[in-house]
Amino acid sequence: MALEREKHLAERSLLTLSESNLLDLYRLMSLIRRFEDRVAEMYTRGKITGFCHLYAGEEAVAVGAIHALYDKDYVISTYREHGHCLAKGVAPQKVMAELFGKATGVSHGRGGSMHLFDTEARFMGGYAIVGGGLPLAAGLGLSIHYKEEPEVVCCFFGDGALPQGAFHETLNLCSLWKLPVIFICENNFYGMGTLTQRAICQQELYRFAEPYNIPGVRVDGMEVLEVYGAVLEAAARAREGVGPSLIEAVTYRFRGHSMSDPAEYRSKREERIWQERDPIKRFRRRLNERRVSGEVLDRVDREVDAVVEDAVRFADESAEPPISEVAKNVYVE
Amino acid sequence: MAQISYREALNQAIKEEMDRDERVFIMGEEVGYFGGAFKVTDGLLAIFGEKRVRDTPISELTLVGAGVGAAMGGLRPVVELMTVNFGLLAMDQIVNHAAKIHYMFGGQAKVPLVIRAPQGGGHQLGAQHSQSLEEYFVHCPGLRVVIPATPADAKGLFKTAVRDDNPVIFLEHESLYGMKGEVADGEHLVPFGQANVLRAGSDATIVSYSKCVNDALKAAEALEERGVDAEVIDLRTLNPLDIDTIVESVKKTGAAIVVYEGWRTGGAGAEIAAQIYEAAFDSLDAPVQRVASMDVPMPYNRHLEAAALPSVEDIIRAVEHVV
Repeated sequence: MALEREKHLAERSLLTLSESNLLDLYRLMSLIRRFEDRVAEMYTRGKITGFCHLYAGEEAVAVGAIHALYDKDYVISTYREHGHCLAKGVAPQKVMAELFGKATGVSHGRGGSMHLFDTEARFMGGYAIVGGGLPLAAGLGLSIHYKEEPEVVCCFFGDGALPQGAFHETLNLCSLWKLPVIFICENNFYGMGTLTQRAICQQELYRFAEPYNIPGVRVDGMEVLEVYGAVLEAAARAREGVGPSLIEAVTYRFRGHSMSDPAEYRSKREERIWQERDPIKRFRRRLNERRVSGEVLDRVDREVDAVVEDAVRFADESAEPPISEVAKNVYVE
Repeated sequence: MAQISYREALNQAIKEEMDRDERVFIMGEEVGYFGGAFKVTDGLLAIFGEKRVRDTPISELTLVGAGVGAAMGGLRPVVELMTVNFGLLAMDQIVNHAAKIHYMFGGQAKVPLVIRAPQGGGHQLGAQHSQSLEEYFVHCPGLRVVIPATPADAKGLFKTAVRDDNPVIFLEHESLYGMKGEVADGEHLVPFGQANVLRAGSDATIVSYSKCVNDALKAAEALEERGVDAEVIDLRTLNPLDIDTIVESVKKTGAAIVVYEGWRTGGAGAEIAAQIYEAAFDSLDAPVQRVASMDVPMPYNRHLEAAALPSVEDIIRAVEHVV
């Protein structure tokens, strides 16, 4: 499991990050959890349709990783990307409105849950082909390298992408060209309903870094500061021009693959064990160690509730995109 | 004006666009030290260096995907697929990503990417190296499909492609690289969606593109001797398709023959014929004819390959059938 070094880095972050930074991490994780809970509710009520993959349980990965980046760094993700998009600073109103398919959504109702995007936040999209975002991350890295800019690309994908050719081609290319890309594999043990043991020949996924001559580490993806520490190091390497890194964040999704999946392939016992490792509850305990009181955190939760409530109201009240514009933006004119 | 080959015209166009715009770079298998599998990029590495002339591993999917990502990051990549056949490995990035990104993100992102790919048969390269696959790309909204037949158009359309903000599939028939023609020195732009009437005629309209345009012109000459006056239209781009020029011609001639090297079934000919029927049914004196490749994987044997490909004689026969 997580290496001692990563644990140590996390301990150091708990001591060195300011209280307001730590509260930001908590706020974002709480926001994602509460946002996703409301999304599930809205889905059940028919306000959100199509495929919808929730991020509950994995919050520490997106929040820890993105906190280690600068605003101008790029983030690229998959179809389970609500969390990454919110952590990158995109307004919850615009994300919820996109899930509702409304004109005010980030993608003006053309994308839905799986295709969020925000140019300003440098959130470069959710992609619904497993492994599809990795070559794009290489290209974004190439554009940074070409223009000699200081940014990095943070590319999220699941364990399901490991057996894809795109993963291997992209790691080879990025290592060869020393591109500033941080690959973050969210290992939640299941590619849809298939256990990684039944899909991948190597269970220590970070070891796929070895053949590509890049650093690979495994972190506890339920510990936000561990993810933060690892990404901070990887980002520094990328900015120095040393090249890409692979980080395996071991995590768990608290819900099924999508809203239509009851996750019957997992035991209740297994789910309970992981619920006990809930990244938000765990971080609350860590914050208590730093003498941040429960009341302060409860207040944050209430503020977040209000934000999510407002996002739902905004999405619900927003207009549908006009049918007359169905063929708009097929081409750049 | 100079007489140069299709290959040299492309090389000149790439060089001029790279000189004009720092963001333009080329990337692909063997484009640098080897000079391109068909020598189209020969000499460019020496001028622009490894940063802008990038040899890549044999990873078509990621090579195209990296082009898409680099375009999203503000560059204007020109990706060369060694041949269109290998491009099938990159179809996910072309169809699921490049073609969709502008639309599915509500117009926020754009992908100004040119994907160059040699294609076509006639060199006894067998089933996996002889395909013409323009229809695969024409079928997908979000892509532009450009397919020049002459050195001048190769240069002029390439320059337009590099300056276009959409993903452009730029298809070059391998038999055309040595073909010579007059090409303007320096700036020469050919707009998308403007077909070229290469030969005026009153009896039949031969609609074609790429290498088959030459066969169509030869057929028209032969037909003239037999008293048939055929018009020959080079489409230049399949998306956008200049249907207006086709329809205008058909209204004049009353007959249409579509000539292309892709497979007959589900090919460009079917689409063009359908559009002619929709717009000019009453002007037609006979059904639209298709002259295309036989529906077979390309055989290696010289005689079998010639039989599978459309020929000048096939065109003459098709025209005579309807006039």
